[in-house]
Amino acid sequence: MRCAVIVFPGSNCDVDCFHVWKEVLGQPAEYVFHKEKFSPEDFDLIILPGGFSYGDYLRAGAIARFSPAMDSVYKAAEKGKLILGICNGFQILLEAGLLPGAMMKNRDLKFHCHDVYLKVGTADSPFTNMYLPGEVVKMPIAHGEGNYYADADTIERLKREDRIIFYYSDEKGNITDEANPNGSVENIAGILNEERNVLGMMPHPERCAEEILGNTDGKRLFMSILEYLEGRVKIGKSRRS
Amino acid sequence: MGKAEEAKKLGLTDEEYNLIVQTLGREPNDVELGMYSVMWSEHCSYKNSKPLLKRFPTKAPHVLQGPGENAGIVDIGDNLAVVLKIESHNHPSAVEPYQGAATGVGGIIRDIFAMGARPIALLDSLRFGELDDPRVKYLFGGVVSGIADYGNCMGIPTVGGETYFNDAYKDNPLVNAMCVGIIRHEDIVRGKAQGVGNSVMLVGAATGRDGIHGASFASEELSEESESKRPSVQVGDPFMEKLLLEACLELLKEKWVVGIQDLGAAGLTSACSETAARAGTGIELDVALVPRREKGMTPYEVMLSESQERMLIVVEKGHEEDVKRIFEKWDLYAIKIGEVTGDGMLRVLENGKIVAEVPAKSLAEGAPVIKREGKRPAYMDIQDLDYSKIEIPENLSEVLLRLLASPNIASKAWVYQQYDHTVRTDTVVPPGSDAAVLRIKGTKKGIALTTDCNGLYCYLDPYEGGKQAVAEAARNLVVTGAKPLAITDCLNFGSPENPEVYYQFEKCIDGISEAAKALEIPVVSGNVSFYNESSSRVIFPTPVIGMVGLLEDVTKHCTMAFKNPGDIVVLLGENSDEMGASEYLRVIFGIQGGKPPRVDLEREKRLHLCCLKAIKEEILSSAHDVSEGGLAVAIAESCITGNLGFEGEITSDIRADALLFGEGQSRIVVSLKEENLPALIEIADETGVKATVLGRVVPEYFRINVKDSKGGFKKIELSVGEMAEIWSKSLERKVEG
Amino acid sequence: MFNAKIWVRFKNGVLDPQGAAIKGALNHLGFEAEDVRVGKLIEVKLKADNLDEAKAKVRMMCEKLLANPVLEDFSFEVVEESI
Repeated sequence: MRCAVIVFPGSNCDVDCFHVWKEVLGQPAEYVFHKEKFSPEDFDLIILPGGFSYGDYLRAGAIARFSPAMDSVYKAAEKGKLILGICNGFQILLEAGLLPGAMMKNRDLKFHCHDVYLKVGTADSPFTNMYLPGEVVKMPIAHGEGNYYADADTIERLKREDRIIFYYSDEKGNITDEANPNGSVENIAGILNEERNVLGMMPHPERCAEEILGNTDGKRLFMSILEYLEGRVKIGKSRRS
Repeated sequence: MGKAEEAKKLGLTDEEYNLIVQTLGREPNDVELGMYSVMWSEHCSYKNSKPLLKRFPTKAPHVLQGPGENAGIVDIGDNLAVVLKIESHNHPSAVEPYQGAATGVGGIIRDIFAMGARPIALLDSLRFGELDDPRVKYLFGGVVSGIADYGNCMGIPTVGGETYFNDAYKDNPLVNAMCVGIIRHEDIVRGKAQGVGNSVMLVGAATGRDGIHGASFASEELSEESESKRPSVQVGDPFMEKLLLEACLELLKEKWVVGIQDLGAAGLTSACSETAARAGTGIELDVALVPRREKGMTPYEVMLSESQERMLIVVEKGHEEDVKRIFEKWDLYAIKIGEVTGDGMLRVLENGKIVAEVPAKSLAEGAPVIKREGKRPAYMDIQDLDYSKIEIPENLSEVLLRLLASPNIASKAWVYQQYDHTVRTDTVVPPGSDAAVLRIKGTKKGIALTTDCNGLYCYLDPYEGGKQAVAEAARNLVVTGAKPLAITDCLNFGSPENPEVYYQFEKCIDGISEAAKALEIPVVSGNVSFYNESSSRVIFPTPVIGMVGLLEDVTKHCTMAFKNPGDIVVLLGENSDEMGASEYLRVIFGIQGGKPPRVDLEREKRLHLCCLKAIKEEILSSAHDVSEGGLAVAIAESCITGNLGFEGEITSDIRADALLFGEGQSRIVVSLKEENLPALIEIADETGVKATVLGRVVPEYFRINVKDSKGGFKKIELSVGEMAEIWSKSLERKVEG
Repeated sequence: MFNAKIWVRFKNGVLDPQGAAIKGALNHLGFEAEDVRVGKLIEVKLKADNLDEAKAKVRMMCEKLLANPVLEDFSFEVVEESI
């Protein structure tokens, strides 16, 4: 299954995402430079990687959304292609309006790089079908602006539609303020769009997908994508209808 | 004002000025004088240190590039090599901690990719005054966020380093940044302006008035006036540097690139004169072609500007458009500003009119070497401490807790969790262990990285302190399973004009050289930072040792955390009766004195062989170096990081506090499955290392009994939860409390 | 030529962690600040035929890029540069 990793000026997790898809999963991957356009048919999965696109100088992700490659991303999203935004990629998806809400500086104003526990909010997605709902997994975070904000109505809707994919939790799965590293509303670490084909998340699954790195909890996210793309699982609307 | 007087004002001595006049055969003009004053400052010329630096062992079969280039390079097999360099940014950080530290990181990264290498890791060796001082807190916070914001944006993981607090650094914090890169042998490029007629191009950021005379600034003592010299401090733009990095690495794949050099201290002047001097050529450039950020800049300002994120590139004539194409892709400009000449002159034009013309070699390498005599400092003659007057505290459990709470021993998570240390997905052992371990993708190999130095040891005995810094850095690597490969050193001292400081400098170098020779670890790059003093205090001599080691099979790496309840805990090496210079004396008694622990290099070497072999044969569960805080702290750290306990008994006639908290060298605490014990004893016997069973890994509690032959008995008894709480939170409480 | 000064601030009700940190510091120094909000000041030099057009352009800049409507409000003033 073909994956595009978009390279914005300032992306720095592009090589990591590429590495996991290509070397760990053994699937074809390509870099797409932000100045290039592509056809929705070219790829099955599009990753917007972490980093500091345009230095994040105005707001994280604010400038990247205007790049030519993003035009193609909008079209691909519309056609139901899978879009995965990790960290800065999540911020770009929010700024681009592909996901609801906005991102603010972490509440303690510090960059946080450490492992967090995540409670799986929903396994009913192309990205998490190999996790169990309610399961607790561990992934690293590395961000200064991961404090997710959305108004109460939006949160209510995300919940109702089962679109919150991960919550920051403690080791036992309790969603507490202490387990919230950045002040995100309701401990939200990642969300889906309405059609469930666009995921934005702050934790880095690509950094915990190999035995040598001491943690493989992130690998299942990529394997879930492959399961879905290869037609072995059905999710979301199709199942409900 | 006469020229000679002006020269003096710029920091040049009469002798230096006369030499310039003699070299040029005339008086220098203002631009030339400015260029000489910066290039001949200590910071650029190493005029006070050069002869002593020659004492370092720099050669070994695996050294591909020794000192003298932007960075050192060592072979790691598989056609790959590791590039390493450490550099200080002390003075800028003392004045503007955030930008000072950030631009320090930016500069060291450019040194690495200027060799053609992809930077893969950063380390930071930091020293500050005590955290109860509000200004120290401000400096510390600023430096950490400056490093974080720059390194994080670049996507280069900051995987290690050290953070020490001592009043000696109150006025003059030390900020040393180390960068490590990886490169294929055939991709190595050097900073040489070869080939007459080839084009000299400037790429990256536009030039402004930042940092003019920054290099001279770094060659002065800090004073009240330093505050008002704020404009000297440059502002970093990590986003620009990230683009520059990608563009340069793309460019350097091309065969027609002749040389590349970072514009650091002394900007264009240093980049042009150094690249020309290395190649034995000259460069002619026109400052009018240099893209500017500000209007009305004079040739003097353009030549001396230290604006960040710029590189000088020399390419074969005719490839200028190819360079532009690559840089335009990254939205950067690339402008031809001049060309390589055959006459050895650095000729600066402004719109075709000559404004400066000096021999490149004289500028880059001609500063007269200053021979100085050291004088043994009087404080060194003070008698060793009379330990019989220091009573052993009744409650040693409490002593251990107080040591674990010392910011010099406590967890540095507050610092390194602000640094992205997992980006690039190579970090196998993250910060917080003895050394970081990174895998090398596409091979089975890994590298281990560390920095080390104990300034107090070096103050009390510069020679032994220098030796110890090398031995401990090597030991930090060895406990991960890595064989030490190379050293990059950052020598932080006071003013070399002070004979006592010069003595410290010379002896530290001798100590480092001695240890580097004995342990067979060449010095491949480094940096000297003098004048780290204020009117009220001189820093401890602090020769920071950055070191890189190699693991042939990264899956066999070892960490410090205890792994399994029931494992046997063994001490490799011998306990000694050394208590001088310890964190124990400092924290518990407020004493910074005594003789620092001595390293027996022969014994150290055997210890390394023993530990490396045991790790290679996969018989160890954990290995941890005994350093600040001694044996008790080392065992406690293995417990805390493994979330397990320890129970053991030591019988010894060494007084209990020296045994538990003394910092005697060449010791490693390991844990292993009981069935592996005979194999470890065999390796220890083979390598001539003493191995003593200390006890066992247990759940939750920590208990050490100490007995002597006269029936004396002391104990430490604590819960691991309590130790962990104090150790992991203490620094954060100090900073934010 | 017109000079625009654009202020971007968090909307009322959105927690402003920088403001909270600065308020803490001010109070620590004895200034008893009631409330602190941190925003951005962006200065833009632009060409337009007249003041109304300049203002319209600045408003578009704010809506399209400079402020995030989920979080932020903006205000601006535009003056013609005196020659």
